[in-house]
Amino acid sequence: MTEILTAVIPVVIIGIICAAVLVVASKIMEVKEDERFPAVRECLPGANCGACGYAGCDGYAKALVENDSVPTNLCIPGAEAVAKQLSEALGVEFSEVKKQIAVIHCCGDCEHTKDRVDYRGMESCRAANLLFGGKGECTYGCLGMGDCQKVCPKDAICIENGIAHINQSRCIGCGMCAKTCPNGLISMIIADKAQAVVSCSSRDKGAVTRKVCSNGCIGCRKCVKVCPGGAINVIDNVAVIDPEKCTGCGECAANCTTNCILMYDENGLHRV
Amino acid sequence: MTKFIIILLSAVFINNYVLSRFLGICPFLGVSKKLDSATGMSLAVIFVMLMATAATWPIQMYLLNPNGLGYLQTIVFILVIAALVQLVEIVLKRYIPALHKSLGVYLPLITTNCAVLGVTILNIDEGYTFAEAMVNSLGSGLGFFLAMVMFSGVRSKLEGADIPKNFQGLPITLIAASITSLSFMGFGGVIENLFA
Repeated sequence: MTEILTAVIPVVIIGIICAAVLVVASKIMEVKEDERFPAVRECLPGANCGACGYAGCDGYAKALVENDSVPTNLCIPGAEAVAKQLSEALGVEFSEVKKQIAVIHCCGDCEHTKDRVDYRGMESCRAANLLFGGKGECTYGCLGMGDCQKVCPKDAICIENGIAHINQSRCIGCGMCAKTCPNGLISMIIADKAQAVVSCSSRDKGAVTRKVCSNGCIGCRKCVKVCPGGAINVIDNVAVIDPEKCTGCGECAANCTTNCILMYDENGLHRV
Repeated sequence: MTKFIIILLSAVFINNYVLSRFLGICPFLGVSKKLDSATGMSLAVIFVMLMATAATWPIQMYLLNPNGLGYLQTIVFILVIAALVQLVEIVLKRYIPALHKSLGVYLPLITTNCAVLGVTILNIDEGYTFAEAMVNSLGSGLGFFLAMVMFSGVRSKLEGADIPKNFQGLPITLIAASITSLSFMGFGGVIENLFA
């Protein structure tokens, strides 16, 4: 019995001392956390996916608590339910999560542009892009190896005729493909708003673009002139549409010299 | 002085905690995916190893040994190290928030890390003096750092490699780890002969 006690008592004493030190230290050196933080963190799903643009759910919760201008509708997996809870927890006005959809800014398929080399490497856009910007004539365009297809959780992307196509009815707007594309060709747009989409990302000069792809934006500025709302700008030799100002009238698409502006509406992405 | 250098170098290369003694494999496989997290984890380990040795060596020598309680070593060390790491976390959070931000996520992971416990126990077993024990802990931490940084390099190469489907993920990581550890066997006997 004494042997057990001689072992147990010192360990218990050391344990009690450690506990006491920790309790005192945590009281003395307490760092005040915003009392709303646990409540806000509780609302988030905890998947740490990073879709909100912050480092995990903790990061987003912290940003929400510290900065009032951070919107509550950034959590895409949580969708409206989470946005509502967050707004309640923070006492701010609820704004609905806008459903997003992916669009690809390239239409240089096999009929409009050609390959310049015979690529026989790894079947991956990222790998192909590292080798002199891919096999195609246009180094800005879709590489067609399907990196976006591989990451898409809903099988909404297929490679057809050498370029990626997005099935708008299947797309859930997670943005995985936009993050994956090595050329940054995929962007997310608001799903229930009719708007024009430039289907070219070539930043080459007009003459060069025209030589490599008959569907490319040559930066002629015709769309800038015809747009009634002033929503279009040519930046780096490619037309860029401001989705806030675009009314979806279709003037630009109808007047585009190379037919590289498409219209997006409830029927999906189509030419005019 | 030579003795310190021998202890330091042998702790880093010959008796590398991860690659020769196979302690601390959990963070070695878990946190080595990216270079910056591997560095953060290793720095935290170095820090905690030094702190733990500074705390446990006196406890063993002045508390346990004189009272004939040497057999309580393992359990007391676990208790003390866990409390110490928690204390360090509280102190860092209060006074050095920047350091807490970079090391903070790794500190709770180290609380029960076997590499840290291993260093403190082996320091006693080897019969080191306090200064020697501290040098050994520093060397062990540096050895852990070296292994983590090296292995994160290996793993970044694995990311782009065309691995057969059956080997993807953990299997290929374990194979790579075994080959890395094999390469460290080449250091056996080097240090003794260097100062002979």
